[in-house]
Amino acid sequence: MASWEHFSHEADIGVRGRGESPDAAFEQAALALTAAITDLALVQRDAQVDIRCHAPRLDILFVDWLNAIIYEMTTRSMLFREFEVRIEGQELRAQVRGESVDRKRHQPVVEPKGATFTELLVTQEDDGQWVAQCIVDV
Amino acid sequence: MDITALKRVSEDHWELAPTGKMRVPVVFYADRALLEGMDDKVQQQARNVASLPGIVKASYVMPDGHWGYGFPIGGVGAFDAEQGGVVSAGGVGFDISCGVRCLLTGLRTSDVEPIKEQLADALFERIPAGVGSTGRIHLDDQEMTAMLEGGARWAVDRGWGRSEDLERIEEHGCMRGAEPQYISEKARHRQRDEMGTLGSGNHYLEVQRVAEVLDPEVANQLSIAQDDVVVSIHCGSRGLGHQVGTEFLREMALAAEKHGIELPDLELACAPLRSEVGRRYLGAMRAGINCALANRQIITHLTREVFSRVLSKAELPLLYDVSHNTCKEEEHIVDGVQRHLFVHRKGATRAFGPGHPDLPEQLSEIGQPVLIGGSMGTESWLLVGTAEGMSLAFGSACHGAGRRMSRHAAKKQWRGSKLIKNLAHRGIIVRSVSMRGVAEEAPGAYKDVRAVVDSADRAGLARKVARLQPMVCIKG
Repeated sequence: MASWEHFSHEADIGVRGRGESPDAAFEQAALALTAAITDLALVQRDAQVDIRCHAPRLDILFVDWLNAIIYEMTTRSMLFREFEVRIEGQELRAQVRGESVDRKRHQPVVEPKGATFTELLVTQEDDGQWVAQCIVDV
Repeated sequence: MDITALKRVSEDHWELAPTGKMRVPVVFYADRALLEGMDDKVQQQARNVASLPGIVKASYVMPDGHWGYGFPIGGVGAFDAEQGGVVSAGGVGFDISCGVRCLLTGLRTSDVEPIKEQLADALFERIPAGVGSTGRIHLDDQEMTAMLEGGARWAVDRGWGRSEDLERIEEHGCMRGAEPQYISEKARHRQRDEMGTLGSGNHYLEVQRVAEVLDPEVANQLSIAQDDVVVSIHCGSRGLGHQVGTEFLREMALAAEKHGIELPDLELACAPLRSEVGRRYLGAMRAGINCALANRQIITHLTREVFSRVLSKAELPLLYDVSHNTCKEEEHIVDGVQRHLFVHRKGATRAFGPGHPDLPEQLSEIGQPVLIGGSMGTESWLLVGTAEGMSLAFGSACHGAGRRMSRHAAKKQWRGSKLIKNLAHRGIIVRSVSMRGVAEEAPGAYKDVRAVVDSADRAGLARKVARLQPMVCIKG
């Protein structure tokens, strides 16, 4: 079953997604990223943004994916709560949905600076589930 | 941290001899309790830094060392380009030139105490802070380039500050060698509306009272006395620095093999100083430093505007501005020989001793002010660099308390609204857009800053001058 969680880092925060495919694990990790900033339930799905990334390795593609979301969040001043990811080879295409930041309603906690290579892992576990994780500098 | 492999040189000086791929030892400046409180990953990261090509003398960890990215936070490493030395985007980090500046006010605690709430509201209203906040300054591409070349000097030229401020900033307010052509369109876009904003996380603006003076002579030369009021600003290069870090970290990680560098940790991504990507990064990183210096300069101007409205007799001259996350070209004496080195300070403060040629004349006799940020409920410190510190860790000292608890754990343990109420009872007024943000930055989530500062003082990295206590805290 797809799920997300945060894990501890002394200064910052780890995001981890699990799912039946890398696509699903990436989607879940993106939810964890938004949940580090605000309560997911507070984010509406009013607007859609398309994201494309390309990387020579799946783990680097994951970092690129989170960094692409961070870029869209900061330059559009938006928060996202729905992610549809399709990975084909070295290419990721995604549609993400969310809304403009409302500082009173969302009370955003932190502003992610970037996804890092620290604790970076994209792997398939023994039970067939995919895990995608890394630390995000906030 | 397991310290069994460390050799104790003195109470606050420990060494780990080189083993395996380490080229130099690791030197820890911290007392036993601070060392034992550090994560094991600090030692691993410091060992990894010690294995990088061209590292000189040692990989250093400051008393506030904690688990970082590639480098430990509180990590210092100097590299020699002549010996294949590297520059590491991971070693500088995402928040290029994040730092602290301290402004004098000429006010006494008794002047500020009665109007604290009003001052807090006015500062919170005027200084953009937190996620989604944007400044009132919007830079077009030409002005962005001018800012990246000029730093705080650019800001002063545009009317955000005074020319005398520049002498009190590292690099006299303008980092030489910035090459804005290496700043990507994305990095520029991220910064377009972010000039003069605090950011979030552990960034803040505090009105502080000088609670204790430990070195009256130096304090007098710095024009501070017990019960004076100062303003400290902690922030960095905002979205532009983050994007530069993101892009070069990736590029250096992928190019490491081509450069013959075996990375023990991908996050330690680096490139030879003499390589094309290394040179490009240095140019972009220096532009990022200028962005941070310009940002703090604009916030200084906004702060002065607020004080002139609320407390018109305040002058707010700049005491000093320090940067934490940098790689700078410096001359150092190593084993009796002068060498030209590239010194990385990741979560560490430059702390040049008396007589250093880069210090302004007024500070030459006492050494560089070192500003140590604490947490919103505890205290911050003013120290000065020492002559001894120049040979201990290339003129470097700690930068803050360092976290002892993750954000995750802090959020579970504290409630923001209750913390704010408790701090108000203790006379500390906090303003923040996010209650959860306040909980994650709870004073209890940080190490004891006094233990960190005491250790730095005993080790000789820097000397204590004054202790500062918060009166008003605007949380980013």
